[in-house]
Amino acid sequence: MEVRVQNVRKEFDRFPALHDVSLDIVSGELIALLGPSGSGKTTLLRLIAGLERPTAGRIFFGDEDASEKSVQERNIGFVFQHYALFRHMTILENVSFGLKVRPRSTRPPAGEIRRRALELLDLVQLSGLEKRYPNQLSGGQRQRVALARALAIEPRVLLLDEPFGALDAQVRRELRKWLREIHERTGHTTIFVTHDQEEALELADRLCVMSQGRIEQVGTPDSVYDSPTSPFVFGFIGESSELAVNVERGDIWLGDRPIGIAAGDNQGPARLFFRPHDIELVEGDAALAGVVASSRRVGGTRRVELELGGAGHRVEIDLPFDHPAGERSRIAFRPKRWQLFPA
Amino acid sequence: MAARPHAPRRASPTNEPLWVRWALILAGLVFMALFLVLPLLAVFSEALRQGIGAYVQSLQSPDALSAIRLTLLVAAIAVPLNVVFGIAASWAIAKFEFKGKAFLITLIDLPFSVSPVISGLVYVLLFGTGSVLGPWLKSYGIEILFAVPGIVLATIFVTFPFVARELIPLMQDQGTGDEEAALSLGASGWQTFWRVTLPNIKWGLLYGVLLCNARAMGEFGAVAVVSGKIRGQTTTMPLQVEMFYNEYQGTAAFALASLLALLALVTLVLKSALEWRFGDELAATGRGH
Amino acid sequence: MKGFGRFRQPSVIPGFGLTLGFTITYFSLIILVPITALVLRSTGLGWNGFWAAALDPRVLASLRTSFLTALIAAGINVVFGTLIAWVLVRYRFPGRRIFDAMVDLPFALPTAVAGIALTAIYAPNGFVGQWVAPLGLRIAYTPIGITIAMIFIGLPFVVRTIQPILEEASKEVEEASATLGASRLQTISRVLLPSLTPAILTGFALAFARAVGEYGSVIFIAGNIPFVSEIAPLLIVIRLEEFNYAGAAVIATVMLAISFLMLFVINLIQAWSRRRYGYGS
Repeated sequence: MEVRVQNVRKEFDRFPALHDVSLDIVSGELIALLGPSGSGKTTLLRLIAGLERPTAGRIFFGDEDASEKSVQERNIGFVFQHYALFRHMTILENVSFGLKVRPRSTRPPAGEIRRRALELLDLVQLSGLEKRYPNQLSGGQRQRVALARALAIEPRVLLLDEPFGALDAQVRRELRKWLREIHERTGHTTIFVTHDQEEALELADRLCVMSQGRIEQVGTPDSVYDSPTSPFVFGFIGESSELAVNVERGDIWLGDRPIGIAAGDNQGPARLFFRPHDIELVEGDAALAGVVASSRRVGGTRRVELELGGAGHRVEIDLPFDHPAGERSRIAFRPKRWQLFPA
Repeated sequence: MAARPHAPRRASPTNEPLWVRWALILAGLVFMALFLVLPLLAVFSEALRQGIGAYVQSLQSPDALSAIRLTLLVAAIAVPLNVVFGIAASWAIAKFEFKGKAFLITLIDLPFSVSPVISGLVYVLLFGTGSVLGPWLKSYGIEILFAVPGIVLATIFVTFPFVARELIPLMQDQGTGDEEAALSLGASGWQTFWRVTLPNIKWGLLYGVLLCNARAMGEFGAVAVVSGKIRGQTTTMPLQVEMFYNEYQGTAAFALASLLALLALVTLVLKSALEWRFGDELAATGRGH
Repeated sequence: MKGFGRFRQPSVIPGFGLTLGFTITYFSLIILVPITALVLRSTGLGWNGFWAAALDPRVLASLRTSFLTALIAAGINVVFGTLIAWVLVRYRFPGRRIFDAMVDLPFALPTAVAGIALTAIYAPNGFVGQWVAPLGLRIAYTPIGITIAMIFIGLPFVVRTIQPILEEASKEVEEASATLGASRLQTISRVLLPSLTPAILTGFALAFARAVGEYGSVIFIAGNIPFVSEIAPLLIVIRLEEFNYAGAAVIATVMLAISFLMLFVINLIQAWSRRRYGYGS
């Protein structure tokens, strides 16, 4: 089921949470809405779910305009950050709930409901626990029940709101892998919200990076990582170093020194972004050169903080941990891959 | 979480349609009006039925005045005693770990689960004819029953848990950190109590005193049993209300009752004010009885 | 295992001996000794005498009146108390805070005042009583009047027990129910109300326990006719006035035993709900 968000705007008591957002979601894909808090990603998810109504704009499920439909009518599956399981029901009753509340005409017989629920519990690897109550399960188990419960109604779209946010790091990693497997098996169109870029990059087919109520960039993890289209995306995804530079006569200058990179025919102040590990050490004057301010070993690399030039710009670069340059007090380098944005 | 809209006009997934909401509100308010507001209004309307003159006059009758005096006296004795107990009990329970603590806490709630009549009865059995203590004390000229001491005792019994119940969860919440800090700085036990503990619990204490006082002044069943209802001597305000009522002096009964009702309203207002402004510090107790 | 034999954990805070000693002394003098006297007195009749007094028809009738009316009153309070708690927590309307404060009126109002006020309203010439008198119905001086008085005093127990639970309930569970296709009515009946069960049961038990022992609010509006509208606490007072102390003690002991039973039941409910649901009421 493909989902189309068309020029959606959402205001809460005059406070704009989303400004004119449009997004096309391909049927069967696993897409992440990624951004810091306040970016509007959860709001967008809830609008798609029908838990909120847009102030303006439309939302389409396939060819159908779902904007006016209630959340019950949209037939979506929603998984909450804090599980939202029904505490007074057993696991089996939780998972069966969506089927039991169907109107008589579409409700399967009791035996069928039970069979399907058990099947789903098996899918999420919780067979044998159907008689337990939520407070007898761990956080990771509860979230799996929540997913099984959402899948029970055969939703058109599966929505997850920071599903692993309440779990500790180890469990989070395991469930990430497991969610990917489930997705490959069931093939539902899945939209999930997260502020953890590592999670998004690892899990998603595509990323939708958001900031302050707007979509910054949509693309595959590779394209977003390698070709960010805005300073925000460059800074938010992966590690980055930023320098305020000047473009003169086709060259990039830092202060009073050219750094040996051609920049096309733009003129004026700009922001230079590059990743700390995307650099090469050079000799000579046309480079970024400076004094080593600090040097730390992080795993297999050495993170060096340099104070550049006269104005004291600080950047971080990565060297292999045993590189001889790591011993030096002055280092000159140039970024291999970089991006330039207007100031 | 993103901000939620306030009172949405249209039904959202977690709200009922507007007409359902208003129907429920109306049903609830009508019920409350019928069972709560109406009696309150009745007190005042009956008291003023024969005009303000009669109202004021009946409050100035000797029986009414002595009842008011006695009620104030009893409260003035019972409330401070229960405050001291409440503070001592919650200090012992909140600042220390010892066996039987949970049992003690349950026991403190005892007067709440006992009928007021029984609360008074136990003192009649203890000090009345046929007991050991009664005649022995009488030989020293001390009358407990059918006299003020008995009334004070019965009142202490029924209002005994109020202060403790407020302070125990409060002090348990606050823990022992502040006191330990004071002690480590050289303060003595009493200094720690006056300068550190007391300021910390002052709002909870006030709340407890408020409830304790309201109950102390309004207690009927327990006092009715021990007092002997000797008019002018051992009738508190609630007892005098009953006496006037049984003698068909409606205005006098309701006039005196209206004073008690005003006390109740003042208690409610102060209680709410304390809850709204210091809710966090009173927390953990839930809404007490 | 070092602290096993110790009565209390060591602590730097002073005053343990003083405060605990005072607490226990005060408590014993005011509470324990008198109650012991009560139980002793009632045993003064001997085993057979005790049961004869306890099973006396008038005593049984008064217990039945007290318990039945308290049961019905608590039941009505549960229905409307839940409704009122819901309305106060979930909805915004003018005067909400005032009504919220008013719920505590039965706590604050002296019982005798409530008693005469309710009688004034429901007597045949009273504000409400006058409407039902032509229909042949009498409210005051009948068990119906008793029940109404018990509804008055029991209401806050239900509301104040349910309110905190409702206030804490997260909306996510309701949203989850809606996303699964449940209508609002289904969400309320299958998800919300069942999760309130421990609080509702506790509120019921508290209201019931209070109503059974109530005296001041009830004796004015009750008819106090033996075997018809006489409540157990009144019978205790009557026995006292007849100087039948032992008889009074017997009834009191029976009522005390039932109070303790109710307390025990309430604690059981709380423990069960903590185990099952992971939270208390």
